[in-house]
Amino acid sequence: MTDRILTVRMEAHPTDSHTMARYEATGGYAALRKALAMKPEDIVAEVKASNLRGRGGAGFPTGVKWGFLAPTRPRYLVINADESEPGTFKDRQLLERDPHQLLEGIIISSFAIDAHHAFVFVRGEYPRSARRLQQAVEEARAAGYLGRGILGTGFDLDVTVHLGAGAYICGEETAALNSLEGRRGEPRIKPPFPAVAGLYAKPTIVNNVETIANIPWIVMNGGAAYNAIGPEGSRGTRLLSLSGHVANPGNYEIVMGMSWRDLIFGIGGGIPNGKALKCWIPGGASAPWFTPDLLDTPVTLDDIAKNGSMAGSGAVVVMDETTNVVAAAWSIVRFFSHESCGQCTPCREGTTWLQRILERILAGQGRPSDVDLLLDVCDNISPGLRWPPAQTTICPLGPSAVSPITSIMKHFRDEVVAMIPGAVTAGV
Amino acid sequence: MTWPDTTLARARDIIARYPEPRSAVMPLLYVAMRHDGRLTDEGMRQVAALTGMTAVQVESVASFYSMYKRHVGSHVVSVCTSISCHLLGGRDVLAAVSDATGVPAGETSADGSVTIESVECIGACGGAPAVQVDYELIEGVTPDKGAELCRWLMTAHPEVVHGDDLQTRFGGRRSFPAGPPDPVGAMGPYPAFGPLGTTGGEA
Ligand SMILES: Cc1cc2nc3c(=O)[nH]c(=O)nc-3n(C[C@H](O)[C@H](O)[C@H](O)COP(=O)(O)O)c2cc1C
Ligand code: SF4
Ligand code: FES
Repeated sequence: MTDRILTVRMEAHPTDSHTMARYEATGGYAALRKALAMKPEDIVAEVKASNLRGRGGAGFPTGVKWGFLAPTRPRYLVINADESEPGTFKDRQLLERDPHQLLEGIIISSFAIDAHHAFVFVRGEYPRSARRLQQAVEEARAAGYLGRGILGTGFDLDVTVHLGAGAYICGEETAALNSLEGRRGEPRIKPPFPAVAGLYAKPTIVNNVETIANIPWIVMNGGAAYNAIGPEGSRGTRLLSLSGHVANPGNYEIVMGMSWRDLIFGIGGGIPNGKALKCWIPGGASAPWFTPDLLDTPVTLDDIAKNGSMAGSGAVVVMDETTNVVAAAWSIVRFFSHESCGQCTPCREGTTWLQRILERILAGQGRPSDVDLLLDVCDNISPGLRWPPAQTTICPLGPSAVSPITSIMKHFRDEVVAMIPGAVTAGV
Repeated sequence: MTWPDTTLARARDIIARYPEPRSAVMPLLYVAMRHDGRLTDEGMRQVAALTGMTAVQVESVASFYSMYKRHVGSHVVSVCTSISCHLLGGRDVLAAVSDATGVPAGETSADGSVTIESVECIGACGGAPAVQVDYELIEGVTPDKGAELCRWLMTAHPEVVHGDDLQTRFGGRRSFPAGPPDPVGAMGPYPAFGPLGTTGGEA
């Protein structure tokens, strides 16, 4: 049974997994040849059958998304390589260590959706990723895998590697499209969705790097084979980024379904320096935190959702018993406050307020009313403080900023209160 | 003053990579920074002329993104303080870097050699705490190594900085095995990327 798809080549060939020569020598571009002999709609059907779900955060089924494309032409494919969710560094490894795997996925996907120009939006802080990918594009063009009449077929494709310039919000798909159009990276109101009116108002598919890196394997082995890996709802493998207070941080390609205990204490090697586990973030800075009572629950998209959080971008951030949770929450809230694009008042003002209140608590100047005030501000950003969160803003960034606050209030309220002079612990 | 012919030719190559000229505004803003060492009004006017935008439109785009900098030293040192780095001492690295240079976060040294900034996650959380110099990455940085890095930048005035070289000298644990060295380095406070003409030091 296959347990790894994306990281096999880079591990077997650490010195040259990024080159065309090594990629071809290890079976690369065979899936493209196979795909070009298929009908595009049959490729889409294989992707649907695979039950591949997007790896960018929302977990949307990829084949279903492709099926939403409006019939008009031209169409575009945009690859989201803006990876900026704190704790996440998986796409960087895929870009730096195996760019041809992504590129082959891009070419096949473009053929499947009838796009003739694909863009890869690489965050500006990843110049090495952009360089490796650009080199792969040039090698592929020279080999006839890109350009006009690919491999003697009538299919033409151009790939443009586009460098961002430091704005997390450009990871939101419509913000990425505005950015690619040469505008401020502000999210658009949806609908229309990109599949109907995306780049230059043309039908556009936006997919994450890891999502598309799976496509060559799916074409080569069939959607049914992919759908046989892992538990229902979390098919295939998943590249998780493990960081924080853990002995073996890194990216790990796993089949989902193992327990959090096996992930953090097995693969991750446990908590360093003999410390105990306090809590962890299961899916990036936007996700509500988990505590050790959930250690024996399974790591799957659906189980994480059922337990009140999300698998998100696959970033697992571990915190040990010494962690000042108010300071940790502040770091995350400050991130969202800094990255808010400012279009929506609840997000722009709310995140600034949350940051300031946490700062005064950390400075020992918190007021007894701050506990309620924090939750009140959160309630104004995301009314009802439900999970999944209610959204009154244009994009989910605003509601994301609420997660660290509700997490510390739910699990560590006493610690917050203890930092505020004059506040009383009772009456929760 | 307009750009030299080679720079204009590069700008036209960049515009040709997109269906519409306006889409080239972001790469061209990096070309403008490479030309002037920082973002200038003149550079933005040049980008406007090339993309068919007004200078005000170009400025409105540029001001949205943190990497287009009007005030910046020869090198920009970016210290990550997002959650994973925060948990493993990123703020101590930032403090050490500020101490060693006498430059608070967000400011530039009097001699113009370095700008120090506190940044959000740079995708190196498995090698926290992480730092970038001109967007070339160093992982596993201690406060001492961060300070040493800055002293080196301010005295050696390197023309090109190479990520692999920086990692060897000032870094520690990485997020993942890096693979072979990358011969390309950065030559100023903007990302080194071939199509932009911003790379230096190729072997
Ligand atoms: C604030 C915000 C930031 C996001 N950042 C990223 C990102 O860095 N990379 C990414 O692939 N998706 C990101 N997303 C999700 C994208 O909007 C989009 O859903 C995704 O790229 C679709 O690809 P997928 O279906 O393959 O996951 C972000 C979403 C939001 C709301
Ligand atoms: S929720 Fe925040 S980041 Fe998203 S569009 Fe509104 S202001 Fe911008
Ligand atoms: S949190 Fe610092 S690199 Fe991700």
